[in-house]
Amino acid sequence: MPEVLVEYQPEIWQSIGETFIMVGFSILAAVLVGLPLGTFLYLCRKDQILENQAVFSTLNLLVNVIRSFPFLLLVVFMIPFTRLIVGTAFGTAAATVPLTVIAIAHYSRLVEQSLLDIPKGVMEAAISMGASVKEIIFKFLYVEARSGLVLGLTTSTISFISYSTIMGVVGGGGIGDFAIRYGYQQFRTDLMFYMIFIMVILVQLIQFTGITAARKLDKR
Amino acid sequence: MIKIQNVSKRFGDYEAIKSVSLSVNHGEIYGVIGASGAGKSTLLRLMNLLESPDHGEVIVNDDSLTRLKGRRIREARQSIAMIFQQYNLLGNKTVYDNVGVPLELSKVPRQEREDRVMESLQFVGLDHFKDQYPAQLSGGQKQRVAIARALVNQPKVLLCDEPTSSLDPNTTAEILTVLKRINENFGVTIVIVSHEMEVIKSICERVTVMANGEVYETVEIEPAGIQKIDRSAQGFVERLTHGGDHHA
Repeated sequence: MPEVLVEYQPEIWQSIGETFIMVGFSILAAVLVGLPLGTFLYLCRKDQILENQAVFSTLNLLVNVIRSFPFLLLVVFMIPFTRLIVGTAFGTAAATVPLTVIAIAHYSRLVEQSLLDIPKGVMEAAISMGASVKEIIFKFLYVEARSGLVLGLTTSTISFISYSTIMGVVGGGGIGDFAIRYGYQQFRTDLMFYMIFIMVILVQLIQFTGITAARKLDKR
Repeated sequence: MIKIQNVSKRFGDYEAIKSVSLSVNHGEIYGVIGASGAGKSTLLRLMNLLESPDHGEVIVNDDSLTRLKGRRIREARQSIAMIFQQYNLLGNKTVYDNVGVPLELSKVPRQEREDRVMESLQFVGLDHFKDQYPAQLSGGQKQRVAIARALVNQPKVLLCDEPTSSLDPNTTAEILTVLKRINENFGVTIVIVSHEMEVIKSICERVTVMANGEVYETVEIEPAGIQKIDRSAQGFVERLTHGGDHHA
């Protein structure tokens, strides 16, 4: 192993750990909140079973606004809110707050889009069989959209990694922050390249896993 | 038994159904024919409230669907099965699981579900295909899976929306034979919407001809009736479509 990696091993491991915490919470928020939100967005659209123009427009606008913030500005803008929730605006825990917010907005949009790809006839068949809203979602929509949902989560996860790299500004740490502070600011260019290399491997791994899983799930 | 009373339905400014009344007898095979845009599919979709009417009443199996809400309407729909031109199967479920869906929705225990799914698949002759996915089947086979799925909950009424319009003549004949057997063996009331006179003639006892959202006429299909349809209705339908609706 290159000497520089051995020298900084504890810091590197710590920064990888921080990245995993930040990205992990983002994924958790995406699945637990983004998935239901995206589904609700879809169902509130015109001609859908929960059609509600007011609710749809409001949520749609909210998701768009969050996603149009340059992420760095969202982090700064949210500082008061973060402080309210975590008690501090500094550190890895505080960094997860803006990350989960963008994660929810990001994934909910991708969920809505994968649901829009389902042929209209599937919904008609579900309704004609007397399925309830809950049954329509779990026994029809998620069954037919499952590979799209997995691919969406893969894309989202990779974006979350990218977002997490700038969390150094609020002391969030992570691989990106390490690469900037040690690699760039202390002129250890080789260290920076190694960090980028780790990120590339990580992203490749996630993309490969996501695509393989999606392909396995898709029988259409 | 199905009763449609003074039902009308608009989509925006477009009047799809204009105060239509008709009734389908118990155990009958009933046809609805007309050019595209005549309102025949909308009429069929009113029979399970896939479309809800703006005015009028829809009564199926003695339930006034237009007065039911929520859970009650969903329960009523479980005895009104429907098949579609595009089959509308779940591509990510096997043939077996597709057919089992209505039983899952009506909370039938797993053991009984298995027997009934296999029974239903045997009826349409696809029990050997139970582990395949719809993408591996031909159009006719997909429609037979859809029929098995429709049958599995022992419906009283079967609504068919252009069930053979994506199929070749041989497969069409096969599907019509299956529908006829369902009617004869289980006494299921069947309503078929089609733009193909051949389909209607070969299976229906009565047919309603629709044009511009209205009932043009309803005729019995007996030998004499066929003549009558041939002369008036068929000609009428063809005139409306200017001799070529680009359908087969």
